[in-house]
Amino acid sequence: MAEASKIIEVDNLVKRFGSFVANDHLCFDVYQGEIFGFLGANGAGKTTAIKILCGLTSPTSGTIRVAGFDAYTQSEQIKKNIGYMSQKFSLYEDLTVYENIRFYGGIYGIPMKEIKSRSEELLRRLGLYEERNSLLAKLPLGWKQKLAFSVAIFHNPKIVFLDEPTGGVDPITRRQFWELIYEATERGITVFVTTHYMDEAEYCDRVTIMVDGKIEALDTPGNLKNTYGVKSMDDVFLKLAR
Amino acid sequence: MKRLRSFLSKEFMHIFRDKRSMLILFGMPVVQLLLFGYVITNEIKNANVAIYDKSKDAATKRITNALDASDFFVCRSYVHSDKEVFDVLRSGKVKMVVVFEPNFERNLVAKKRAYVQVIADATEPNIASSSVNYTSSMIGTLVNSMYGQDDVKGVVVQPRMVFNEKQENVYMFVPGTMALILMLISAMMTSITIAREKERGTMEILLVSPLNPSQIILGKVLPYFLLSFFNAIVILLISRFVFGLPMLGSYILLLAESMLFILMALSLGIFISTAAKSEQQAMFLSMFALMLPTMLLSGFIYPVENMPSWLQVVCNIMPPTWFIIIVKSIMLKGSSFAEVWKETLVIAAFTVLFIAMSIKKFKIRLE
Amino acid sequence: MTALSISSIRKEFGDVVALNNVSLEVEAGELFGIIGPDGAGKTTLFRLIASLLVPTSGSIAVLQLDSVRDYKEIRKRIGYMPGKFSLYPDLTVEENLSFFASVFGTTIEQNYELIRDVYKMLEPFKNRPAGKLSGGMKQKLALSCALIHKPDLLLLDEPTTGVDAVSRKEFWEMLRKLKKHSITIVVSTPYMDEASLCDRVALVQGGEVLKVASPDAIVNSFGKPLYSLTTSNIYGAIKALRAAAGVQSAFAFGQDVHVVLQGNALASDVEQVLCDAGINQPLCRIDATIEDCFMDLMAANELETRKS
Repeated sequence: MAEASKIIEVDNLVKRFGSFVANDHLCFDVYQGEIFGFLGANGAGKTTAIKILCGLTSPTSGTIRVAGFDAYTQSEQIKKNIGYMSQKFSLYEDLTVYENIRFYGGIYGIPMKEIKSRSEELLRRLGLYEERNSLLAKLPLGWKQKLAFSVAIFHNPKIVFLDEPTGGVDPITRRQFWELIYEATERGITVFVTTHYMDEAEYCDRVTIMVDGKIEALDTPGNLKNTYGVKSMDDVFLKLAR
Repeated sequence: MKRLRSFLSKEFMHIFRDKRSMLILFGMPVVQLLLFGYVITNEIKNANVAIYDKSKDAATKRITNALDASDFFVCRSYVHSDKEVFDVLRSGKVKMVVVFEPNFERNLVAKKRAYVQVIADATEPNIASSSVNYTSSMIGTLVNSMYGQDDVKGVVVQPRMVFNEKQENVYMFVPGTMALILMLISAMMTSITIAREKERGTMEILLVSPLNPSQIILGKVLPYFLLSFFNAIVILLISRFVFGLPMLGSYILLLAESMLFILMALSLGIFISTAAKSEQQAMFLSMFALMLPTMLLSGFIYPVENMPSWLQVVCNIMPPTWFIIIVKSIMLKGSSFAEVWKETLVIAAFTVLFIAMSIKKFKIRLE
Repeated sequence: MTALSISSIRKEFGDVVALNNVSLEVEAGELFGIIGPDGAGKTTLFRLIASLLVPTSGSIAVLQLDSVRDYKEIRKRIGYMPGKFSLYPDLTVEENLSFFASVFGTTIEQNYELIRDVYKMLEPFKNRPAGKLSGGMKQKLALSCALIHKPDLLLLDEPTTGVDAVSRKEFWEMLRKLKKHSITIVVSTPYMDEASLCDRVALVQGGEVLKVASPDAIVNSFGKPLYSLTTSNIYGAIKALRAAAGVQSAFAFGQDVHVVLQGNALASDVEQVLCDAGINQPLCRIDATIEDCFMDLMAANELETRKS
């Protein structure tokens, strides 16, 4: 990662809920253009950390800079420069495909003409142009997720946060989804993703593994496998989490 | 600004595509307005009145006709003894009895003073005092027109409030509150707990077990039956000993009627739960199908008799309306079963209806 | 004995076809997996088997009883664990267990042997409300509650979804141990790697069965030339491969790319194309995994659907 600038800088991030410490002195950086994997069991603290990075929650202590803005004082600027997509919520089921794109485009301040032209291009690329006036509820899950991702980066954010974006989706669609992610990084977008699929961990440039609120590993998948003497990220995870 | 516009247009799309939102936004205001317009009135309309005419002369006839001709009263019947006066009031057939003293006209002309007793059923104090006032002023106006303005000549109207001499509002509220609370606990809670089971997914497991549906329903319903009954007793005790509400009738009869009402409410709750897909839906349905109508249309606060006849039909389809009549009759008028059997039958019929509908709709499968 | 026999099941919800012409058989004592993503129809199928739904057409025989007519008898003899661990969060572990035991007319003690291995892990938490358990613990509790009455057939609908990798492995170990009690177990899961832990599997997608066989048989029947390429430039490799002649499909698989060549294509030719694109790695012949098979069957199925 020669000379790439840091797009996220986290130094001693702590998040407490009463006496429960969800994030315990996290330290990591994310470089521009990389695919950064954030792994860990349920309840390890991943979602809390992502919410803080997105400007949705404030940290208890520590310094956090996202896209060059301070997470405490400039959370509004952060929001303008990031995209977000999660498994639980992506798009509005009772709006059509095109209405969803238009809505999010409008929210991020893209002019109407640009929305029209770029959405047409996007829909044709995804093969969804014929369905542009169908209600989202009618699409199969895989298409919804691919569309949700495209909408999340529609405004060309510097970073996009993906919270378990491929849960429950069939294996072909999952891979197509990751190909969209690769395309996005070619455009210079940094991707911050959490996932339960260990093979997806392999697609990342670097990963961290969180256990009980702490970061137990932070390296490229290759180095992690060497360090623990195992063949797959699945085995790395098992060694750390058990 | 553009951002705001996008957001606004999205919100409008959500609203127009959601049938329930549309119902609330457009249907509800109209319904509410109509209801409040017709229901919330302290005016009297077509109140039933009985006449006890000890005199039977031209004057009393004219007064009777005048009362009947007005919009306020309907002179339904004639009574011929003191006992009949109270019977007819207790039965609820009339809200007011006008008693003309013997030799009414002669007294008026000769002694320039005649007496009329107006006996009003004060279980609804506001109505009672309005009735008395209207009657007084009508009689006064009529007498003046018959015999000319004369301060000396006059009819003395002697008002008498029965069943609630002090005209305490609590007499009005307690029976209604009882109906409301029992409906709340029995119907709403039952519907919510069953809907919750469905929402959580545990209903699937129960259905797939050897339990048959009646066992499931009974298990759900019995706790609320006991709790409602307990609440009924508490309400009675508080109203009796804290508010001093009289209890002229039999406790056992009242508790038996309450148990029937609770049973009705429970079966209604089960029926609602078969229609609701989630806890929230159950609560929503209970709120709008039970609470509001009970508060507005059951005679809880606003008497049914004052409403236009089309609305009265709606009121009479509601079980709480009948239960409130029963409670008031037993507590305030000391009615026995013979006087409330009709209302009891209505509630029993509702219970059977709801149980039948629930059995039909409660599914042993998921669809 | 055939524990479960599904014949030409079709299930429609309005104009949505959830299951279309599904047929399969499960022998007594088998650990049978239903493998497929969300929307494949797994939950609908389970509900049909559990007699909670009635098929639009076709029939199901559960323990040789008809699922529509004989539902009362069926419900006494099966154990069912619907998705998302439906338990009572405000009751404790022990209270949940004794409730389900009593509903089936038995007690915890009576069939303790069956759940002993699972319960040992739950015991320290037996007075904790079920809502406060971790995902893995809830899963074990749900399994215990489904087993407590010693069912002949156990239906588990996505018991490992949303649970961490460690708990998933533990759960499958418990299932394998249950086999020695001669309980037929039918499990659904979206995780392809769990297929290899079953005796036989049915691969389902879009309401249809793609294939029913043992994991080995499925893998062995792949029949197409499959190669693997290890490279740090996964996306570049995929783009180059898809543009190359002779490549039927190229997909990422962790740190590798799996390439299916067309019948008469030569690996060396494809390697040359990669070289020209700057990727200097060899194509190694590999055996197919369940996932490769699933993807291949899925693609073929979609082609069929589009043709018709």
